[in-house]
Amino acid sequence: MQPVKDLTTSHRLRQRQAKATFFKYFCIAVTASAVMILGILLYQIISDGYRWVDWQFMTSYPSRFPEKAGILSAFVGTLWLVSLTALLAIPTGVLAAIYLEEYAPKNRWTQFIEVNIANLAGVPSIVFGILGLALFVRFMGLNRSVIAGAMTMSLLILPVIIIAAKEAIRAIPNSLRQAAFALGATRWQVVSAHVLPAAMPGILTGIILALSRAIGETAPLIMIGALTYVAFLPESPMDEFTALPIQIFNWTARPQETFHELAAGGIIVLLGVLLVMNALAVYIRYRGSKS
Amino acid sequence: MNEAMPILNAVDLSIAYGSDDAVKKVSLPILEKKITAIIGPSGCGKSTLLRSLNRMNDFIDGVSHRGQILYRGSDLYAEEVDPVEARLRIGMVFQKANPFPKSIFRNVAWGPSINHLPGDPRARVETALKQAALWDEVSDRLDDSALNLSGGQQQRLCIARALAMEPEIILMDEPCSALDPVSTARIEDLLFELKKKFTIVIVTHNMQQAARVSDYTAFLENGVLIEYGETDQVFTRPREPRTEEYVTGRFG
Amino acid sequence: MSALSRKSVRWGESILERAFFLCAFLSVITTAVVIFILIRETLIFFESVSVTEFLFGTRWTPLLEPKSYGILPLVAGTALIVIGVAVLALPIGVACAVFLSEYASARTRSIIKPTLEVLAGIPTVVYGFFALTFVTPLIRTFIPDTQVFNAASAAIVVGIMVLPMVASLCDDALRAVPQALRHGAYSLGATSFEVTTRVVVPAGLSGIFAAFVLAVSRAIGETMAVTLAAGATPNLTLNPLESIQTMTAYIVQVSLGDTPAGSLTYQTLFAVATLLFAATLILNIFGTWIMKRFREVYE
Repeated sequence: MQPVKDLTTSHRLRQRQAKATFFKYFCIAVTASAVMILGILLYQIISDGYRWVDWQFMTSYPSRFPEKAGILSAFVGTLWLVSLTALLAIPTGVLAAIYLEEYAPKNRWTQFIEVNIANLAGVPSIVFGILGLALFVRFMGLNRSVIAGAMTMSLLILPVIIIAAKEAIRAIPNSLRQAAFALGATRWQVVSAHVLPAAMPGILTGIILALSRAIGETAPLIMIGALTYVAFLPESPMDEFTALPIQIFNWTARPQETFHELAAGGIIVLLGVLLVMNALAVYIRYRGSKS
Repeated sequence: MNEAMPILNAVDLSIAYGSDDAVKKVSLPILEKKITAIIGPSGCGKSTLLRSLNRMNDFIDGVSHRGQILYRGSDLYAEEVDPVEARLRIGMVFQKANPFPKSIFRNVAWGPSINHLPGDPRARVETALKQAALWDEVSDRLDDSALNLSGGQQQRLCIARALAMEPEIILMDEPCSALDPVSTARIEDLLFELKKKFTIVIVTHNMQQAARVSDYTAFLENGVLIEYGETDQVFTRPREPRTEEYVTGRFG
Repeated sequence: MSALSRKSVRWGESILERAFFLCAFLSVITTAVVIFILIRETLIFFESVSVTEFLFGTRWTPLLEPKSYGILPLVAGTALIVIGVAVLALPIGVACAVFLSEYASARTRSIIKPTLEVLAGIPTVVYGFFALTFVTPLIRTFIPDTQVFNAASAAIVVGIMVLPMVASLCDDALRAVPQALRHGAYSLGATSFEVTTRVVVPAGLSGIFAAFVLAVSRAIGETMAVTLAAGATPNLTLNPLESIQTMTAYIVQVSLGDTPAGSLTYQTLFAVATLLFAATLILNIFGTWIMKRFREVYE
């Protein structure tokens, strides 16, 4: 190499540096576009549907006449569904995670269970719908009831809860457990009084995200036969029902423009619910990281 | 041009991480085709100082400096300087061998190929591997993965990789600290040969190594240059009491 | 504490442990039940329809006369969506990952990553709506021949849905590549483009590949967007502008109708679902295996 005092970009290097700069801005542009797509999506939906979201919309049943239509049955149905699903899935999922992290021996059987959970997390939701159809609706004779839907949904989100809870529990340092054991506590006492409270923010965040997923899922509900035209509210777990995503699907599938706008209105309500839930998750995570 | 002008020169150099100075007002000349050793206790700023000489500190967040680093009299950190150009002339060997997960050949040929250096790549690789005293061991398996080599071989491969660029200066950051004594000795022998063609700056906490191998020694403590001079003089007739303490503290 | 109460505490503990075990074991039971249900009905299905006709037949008309049970049109429909996703989500996802791991500051990352996650959290039925009401009209303004229901629209939207996952996994893969490798490359006089494309990305390639496999699995299992936007016409074609039907959309179509249990049509549901389940399971296992091996290299 010829000794050269000048260290500015030589002619040889200029093209390469230009390529480097171009590539950097290219990556920035692509990422910015991806983010922009989110903006476009939200803008489209809100502009299509905001006119329809009012009190009448929230308190009317669906109807053949768009002006009279509303999402009351769908909204209440979703509330029923989420509540029952939470009741079923949260204890099961959290306790399963506790077992896997605190009690289970590190052997092939435990590994087998964990592999199963990981696999179930990746199974398409429609397969869970088929499971629900064959097992809960037909075999157990629960028909198209809210409870059948909730049981199906619970199985769907169970792996999500378990994985999130496991992470949260695993993050708790062992020193905390050791200290409690040294004071003569039983394993359950250590878990319930020390580990679980410490892991709670992470677990709650995971639960909220899992329930968010349950609220938005449509395919399993279609499979178990959630109806698309429901002009009543469920009064017991055995009643038939509809849900927000089903109503949105139904309206979207209609050819008329106004129903598409109604669908957009329904989406706004759905996204609103999800926004509240995720804001709650962020808040919990923030509070949790402070303490 | 003054023949004795150092090829690299730190002038009143202070380097800070955030608000804390790791290197404090160091003025250190590096003379051409000589080996300069920088010694001192752990955490005294040796590596930080070394990295500033080829602008590798650019990749560490929050690093800033005051004072100057001159390459052949020109400010290495001037606005119009392209750090890539600087690194073409000032190569580096790191503390822990970091070969690419590619073949032995590709490792050595990579730098020259992206820089479109002239000549036959195979000849260049062979020369570099011979200069790094690795050729005999790998000439029959150049397409093997570099990760299959032993630690000492990997480090010599990294030296060959740097040599293939035909830099003027090679910076070495404790190149033997992760190696066994045999590999260390081989690399030290290398340095005597390399000195004929290259300027070498070697950071080391191994004082015997510094005494054996280098022409000039700089002793750093807490970021301050305590003493700089010909190696012989620094080790046998140190001017500063601190130098004497450090140097004799290590000798048996 | 008396010996008696110690014993009852231990007895209580073991009951608890058993209960917790059952909760965990539920996952195994679920998998077993799923497999059992799918296989049982599929076997019944294969009593009426031969395996070769099912796997290699090119006409899928179980709901119309003359009935035909060749699944290739549905597979082609699903494949079209997957190709679209691969062409869109993978390059864009990798570019986003490169930005996040190589160029973005910590602050930028903390804003962009959650924003991309929002895209992932939007329910699929919303994406179906978006495809039908925005993407399809958009495509049709440029290519008027496009059918109202078309594969391209659904593929684009599924690509957007899958993008955050690809970006996140690739970002993890790139960040797993040690800094030492980057520094080594830079010290040889390489530009950031060369370091990124010729050292970092190749080193992270198996992680990127794993992300790709998992994304394909997601795309195959995607239901609502394709049901709403891609159509209900089983169509053995590679033209993305045509109306098609994916495996998942077919399952939805049958469920929406009144199919008597035990009929052959009812069983097609399970046969298709079995294929779907097998495909996603294999891809997921494969993808996670690659990811694990990749991580082991860099631990």
